[in-house]
Amino acid sequence: MCMQNLLEMKGITKVYPNGVLANDKVDFSVLPGEIHALVGENGAGKTTLMKVLFGLETPDAGEVYYKGERLQVSSPLHAISSGIGMVHQHFMLAPSLTVTENLVLGAEPRKGLAFDWNTAIKTVEDLSKRYNLHVDPRARVRDIPIGMRQKVEILKALLRGAELLVLDEPTAVLTPQETEELFVALGELKRQGHTMIFISHKLNEVRQITDRVTVMRGGRLIGVRNTSEVTEADISRLMVGRDVILKITKSPPTPGKKVLEVKDLSYFTTEGKPILKDVSFNVRAGEILGIAGVEGNGQSELVEILTGLRMPHAGLISISGQEMTSASPRQMRELGVAHIPEDRLLHGVAADASIEENLIADRIQESDYTGKIFLKSKAIAENGQNLVGEFNVVARSAKTPVKMLSGGNIQKVVVAREFSSSPSIVIANQPTRGVDVGAIEFIHKKLVEICRSGVAVLLISADLNEVMSVSDRLLVVYGGQIVAAFPDASVVSEEELGLHMLGIKTQEAALLKEALA
Amino acid sequence: MISRELIFEIGRTLIAILLALLLGFVIILLVSEEPFEAFGHFVTGPLTTTRRIGNWIEATIPPIFTGLAVSIAFQAGQFNIGAEGQLFFGGVVATIVALSFPLPMYVHVLVALLGAMVGGAVAGAIPGFMKAKWGANELVSSLMLNYVFYRLGLYLINHHFRDPAAGAMVSYRLPETSWLQWFWLPTRVHWGLWVALAAIAFCYLFVYRTRWGYALRMTGLNKDFAAYAGISVTAVIIYSQVISGAIAGLAGAADVLGLYRRFQWQMLPGYGFDGIIIAILARNHPLGVPIAALFLAYIRSGASIMSRMTDVSAEMVAIIQGIMILLVTAQAFLSKWRHRAVVKEATKHEVNA
Repeated sequence: MCMQNLLEMKGITKVYPNGVLANDKVDFSVLPGEIHALVGENGAGKTTLMKVLFGLETPDAGEVYYKGERLQVSSPLHAISSGIGMVHQHFMLAPSLTVTENLVLGAEPRKGLAFDWNTAIKTVEDLSKRYNLHVDPRARVRDIPIGMRQKVEILKALLRGAELLVLDEPTAVLTPQETEELFVALGELKRQGHTMIFISHKLNEVRQITDRVTVMRGGRLIGVRNTSEVTEADISRLMVGRDVILKITKSPPTPGKKVLEVKDLSYFTTEGKPILKDVSFNVRAGEILGIAGVEGNGQSELVEILTGLRMPHAGLISISGQEMTSASPRQMRELGVAHIPEDRLLHGVAADASIEENLIADRIQESDYTGKIFLKSKAIAENGQNLVGEFNVVARSAKTPVKMLSGGNIQKVVVAREFSSSPSIVIANQPTRGVDVGAIEFIHKKLVEICRSGVAVLLISADLNEVMSVSDRLLVVYGGQIVAAFPDASVVSEEELGLHMLGIKTQEAALLKEALA
Repeated sequence: MISRELIFEIGRTLIAILLALLLGFVIILLVSEEPFEAFGHFVTGPLTTTRRIGNWIEATIPPIFTGLAVSIAFQAGQFNIGAEGQLFFGGVVATIVALSFPLPMYVHVLVALLGAMVGGAVAGAIPGFMKAKWGANELVSSLMLNYVFYRLGLYLINHHFRDPAAGAMVSYRLPETSWLQWFWLPTRVHWGLWVALAAIAFCYLFVYRTRWGYALRMTGLNKDFAAYAGISVTAVIIYSQVISGAIAGLAGAADVLGLYRRFQWQMLPGYGFDGIIIAILARNHPLGVPIAALFLAYIRSGASIMSRMTDVSAEMVAIIQGIMILLVTAQAFLSKWRHRAVVKEATKHEVNA
């Protein structure tokens, strides 16, 4: 084998128990000291490949060589001791412990039998200085911002001697400012001789910081390129296998009647901590209102309240002029509230049921689909076939269980059901999270299409690109409050939005009130 | 279209049965002086005479009801193990109705069956209601209620309907108008079999062909999804438990009205727990329930013949039974073998594509 590669994975094949061929004889190699991007659509097999590397999955075939030696990783512990570290997309930290405690967990310095607090703090401070990753060693993880938590994750891997770092979509949860900071830190790590594998959906970031890029599609390796020699369009063509137009073309909005009116909505945790504070806004037919914000600023609760899944503690909600505060999901749906949930597997589908069954969940009591006693199985099958066709769901048939589909196709099933329910308003919460470029393009197109046909759309998203390019109007939520309103989303800059999302900049109250009336 | 997965499930169950039989044989080899004869009794015994075939069939009737009852609850995502108490109470109510309301032929038995269903439904509704309203864990509440309904039933029989002339703690003899008649003499196979077949058809149609069954399945598969789609999860939990309880109640009525013609249980009969085994074997599918019930009753019947006819002790027979059931119900069994088949299929498919 070639000695100059730090990591070499050869002929990796992995089949999941449900028969999905996640990796098909994948060859993947990384040079020492480079930042290597691993890109591909959802379900392309990137995460699986990295799980194999990290010992979280056992491959059905293939070999891994690290520093020229055969490596048989059986567990993450083994991978860590070999010098491979992973920064997961969802942080693996104990929120109630301090930064230092999280970092030394499992390798605590001791003084006799006791935990040596001072040495631990010193270790963390030294490490943080050495890599220029600033953290507060004494702060509890639950109190520090997302960006710092990520640094803690990276430091955790470095403290355990990681030379090869795997970063799984590290920027998905970061604001533009935090992303910049991360990239500076990664540059520093590279300068000190570390090697990184950077998994991302965001091709501009790939272009910005990586040396080489490996593209995967459908479980196979499609190509390896020097990043400097390709454009974003080249990469996305490799990923999807065709040209992708991410630029959204839409006609100007034609706002009609107010469909959703929210007035002074508040919600508190059981401990009395406010999650939403006096939130007011409205959405009109024929317009897309975007709500931007870093995740965890009350968006999930807001959407659950608006769709009847959660009861607010104060405030009023009206749908098409009818007061619907504290209505049930059934009542909300009867008034045409369609909901694309943020977690498709938790709320959006019953994964073990077939596609066609998932497509009738909201309309099972309608006379189109059920008689007095028995279901109309023919109508259900037809509905399934039609929607699978119309929404390009890639599946063997409408009778296939949803769990056999890729993330993007599962999302299309959800979108198909919600859009075909003849809604008056579509509430879309992170509608394209974790789906591939092709599906993103499709879902965005559908959102604009349904809006321009006279439906109100409320789009909640942490993805700046999405919320800026799809929305007509834009609100920013921070700490459970609306802190900024922009009547024209197309003239807002990313930096401006980022500053509001972080709560650094706020709009004047009077101005805001006017914009929200 | 039969899916690969279904074929695998059937194949896996058959192989498990063969392995279990082999293991049973090995154990018999170790403990018996006459292993071949003993094993022969075990495997073919239930089929050797009409009476034995009858015994086998009559023993499947109550477990079909409890198997269906547990399947319905499981499909709704309710881990309800209260079928035992429900069937016991169903038997008690059937006895009370049969003894207290003299009615003409046919009507009487129907009313007694209906009473058993109501009794079982009430017993089933309580844990369902407690779960839906207050979030009480149905596993615990249904298990505990087994003992409540067991004692309540015994109290009612022993203090109000006990036959003092009988030598044991049993109820008065039931009037013939309330019997489920034997239709295949000399065996005791009774009309309850037809009721069981009707219950199978009802469960299948209800679960797979009605909107309530659809709501029930979606709630069982993902209750957050069901709530999100506008299905009332509270209603599903309650009606699934009521139906499950009503069907379990029939199991008690079948034995009381069909076999004994008086109430004579002093202990819980165990059909409710058999129902759990059957539901697991049948993968909660109503059409799989009768097959699983026949299988379980066959093992039970063969084992009892073996212990009567040979030197294999009753305890050893119980152990062999237990091991066989364990092997057959083990879900992860042969999963490696299955995974290899999946890998082969997946990689082959890719080459063709």
